Amino acid sequence: MQKHVVAIILAIVLWQPLCQAQVGNSLYQQLGERAGINELMTTFVLEIAEDERVIEHFRNVDIERFHHMLGEHLCELTGGPCTYTGADMVEVHRGMAITRSEFNAIVENLIKAMEHHQLPTATQNRLLSTLAELHGEIVGQ
Amino acid sequence: MRRKISQKNYALVLGVALVVAPVAHANDGKLLATGAVTTIEGSGGGGIVPWATTASYAEDGEWGFTVNANFADVDDFQLGVQSLNLTYGNRIEVSYAQQRLGLNTIGGDLKQQIYGLKVRLLGDLVYGDLPQVSLGVQHKRNTTFALPQAVGAKHDSGTDIYLSAAKAWLAGPLDRTWVANLTLRATKANQLGLLGFGGDQNDDYQVMSEASLGMFVNRHWLLGVEYRQKPDNLGFARESDWRDVFVGWFPTKSVAMVVAYTDLKGIAGLPDQSGAYASLQISF
Repeated sequence: MQKHVVAIILAIVLWQPLCQAQVGNSLYQQLGERAGINELMTTFVLEIAEDERVIEHFRNVDIERFHHMLGEHLCELTGGPCTYTGADMVEVHRGMAITRSEFNAIVENLIKAMEHHQLPTATQNRLLSTLAELHGEIVGQ
Repeated sequence: MRRKISQKNYALVLGVALVVAPVAHANDGKLLATGAVTTIEGSGGGGIVPWATTASYAEDGEWGFTVNANFADVDDFQLGVQSLNLTYGNRIEVSYAQQRLGLNTIGGDLKQQIYGLKVRLLGDLVYGDLPQVSLGVQHKRNTTFALPQAVGAKHDSGTDIYLSAAKAWLAGPLDRTWVANLTLRATKANQLGLLGFGGDQNDDYQVMSEASLGMFVNRHWLLGVEYRQKPDNLGFARESDWRDVFVGWFPTKSVAMVVAYTDLKGIAGLPDQSGAYASLQISF
């Protein structure tokens, strides 16, 4: 019976929703605030530009606007003093039919960018956790 | 005769590998380490617990293929496993494993073959609120049954059915990525099936709990613990639950390695079986 106790506790943990992202000012600060986010997004966009798995989706994208919107969105999502002025994620990705593989490819580009900027693992995880919640609004639209 | 069977199996393994390798293209749609490693029964998962994850890095529309070798060396036994695993689209996993348990003290060995099938039913390991839930079967056939029969085993083959749920938290405690898996397995197998199926004490299916919990120190290193409850069907010796502590290393999506300290308690009446475990997995 004791053996089942561990199993039951694990079961409860497993069925809880994804850990609530601890979005607070600290993640925004850990990313180096607006300037740090902008630099990170520059590296991120350059990684995407070199990635044949996803570049097709960016052929007709205004890269400068994309970069600006990314920074603004991340600033807001991480608790910074910004208001994202772009369209919501579903609308932005409608008709693009982004696959799960392509979403993961973008995640890998972000990880590469974060590694390039030598962000600590904890900061990387907090940002990934925040952005992972957008998966449902982006994939398969 | 034994040697011949063994050679035939290796030829089969090699044959399948050569046939499958060319079609296994663009198979890196999943994130690093989300294909997990390969268990001692050939299914994708941890070391001793099959997980709800599917092996390899195949996402929707992609094929994946892994080959794997496991080796455990405890006081009186040595377990060697070779396995193959074919996956499609993070949905279906088909596996084949051959196990050999060397009986150092008693002499001789015990062998079986395991044919596995796992299907992801719902959910996702990383994204969304639901855990990834999979249903699997492992059909096991003894190729040496004299000893299992002599100690009271009823059957030389058996089929385990298991339901697994797995979830990763990208920023869990300590802002580290954590992964947990819970598996419920209906089984009659004695010592994985190496000592046959069913026994003088019990010949009915029983549901066993198995669990794994791991923490990624960073993207490449995983620390974890596992626990596996086991039935106790044979009167000649008490069968113990298993547990281990492991370190997994995922340098790239092509290779994964695991080393573990494993505590298998008593096996076949020989007490205090603990020792080292190592596993190598190559993904195509």
